[in-house]
Amino acid sequence: MGIISSGFQGRRNRDDPGLPPGQHRAEDFPVLSAGPTPRIARADWEFRIVTETGTSRHWDWAAFLALPQEDITADIHCVTSWSKLGTHWRGVALDTLFDQIETTARFSLVHSYGGYTTNVPLADLLGGKAWIVHQFNGADLPSEHGGPARLLVPHLYFWKSAKWVRGLELTGEEIPGFWETNGYHAHGDPWREERYG
Amino acid sequence: MNGWTGRPAPGGPGAGERGTGGPDGLGEDYLDGNALAGPLSEVFLIDMTSARGRCDSCGAVSAIAEARLYVNAPAMVLRCPSCSGVLLRVRRDGGQAVLDLRGFSYLTIDLG
Repeated sequence: MGIISSGFQGRRNRDDPGLPPGQHRAEDFPVLSAGPTPRIARADWEFRIVTETGTSRHWDWAAFLALPQEDITADIHCVTSWSKLGTHWRGVALDTLFDQIETTARFSLVHSYGGYTTNVPLADLLGGKAWIVHQFNGADLPSEHGGPARLLVPHLYFWKSAKWVRGLELTGEEIPGFWETNGYHAHGDPWREERYG
Repeated sequence: MNGWTGRPAPGGPGAGERGTGGPDGLGEDYLDGNALAGPLSEVFLIDMTSARGRCDSCGAVSAIAEARLYVNAPAMVLRCPSCSGVLLRVRRDGGQAVLDLRGFSYLTIDLG
């Protein structure tokens, strides 16, 4: 056969076709925590995008809720090997936020309240692939799951879906984030098992 | 980027809470650093939990055993009991341990 392994074709879990390789199905919603949970009041919440030229745009909670809202159903995959299928979220597409942004940057560094960061290429944030979400299963997103709002990038391992998100820093070069500087993969595609760099 | 990349300020969110179980019942799910004794014994010949380290973020000096260890994460994360800054990260990757000590300015280790 060819030199391209089945892993590059979207290899599936033999026992459950909905699961990427090495994953198992979780019925609950595990809480992973690498530090204290920030408690951010919506009145104090702000999301901003800063471009590579230093120009910025920000939204407070009211402005964020005034943007077009989307309902998303997606499977999510944690690098610690659990997957949760068919999760329901509500929020704003990154495409909507980027309507007001001029940039030629290829990468973003996602910043969260509490200091967490993760790097995501813009190609993985745009084109209907990512959202800033504030509801889970029809209820406000609880703080242990990233409320008031978190990034949702369901086609990448869930460490990319930063909890307590507060902004995006757009960059020409890729800047590794919190887990990426600890040996985790820069991209994190679960279907290619991009766990470690 | 200024204002984004810094660690939580002393007294910031989570500071001052101990053990599991925050005020809202959601919990701050950490252990004390003694729980690192096993994982670090795979790497070091001596008990490292009594080693004292200076936090590179705030300058506080504490024993590893006194710091806060978060284990429900892709790697174990040890945080400063004063400012919550990251001191150490360690994870197993197959037959390897990946140890990140950049959060310490230095460690003082009693050699007996």
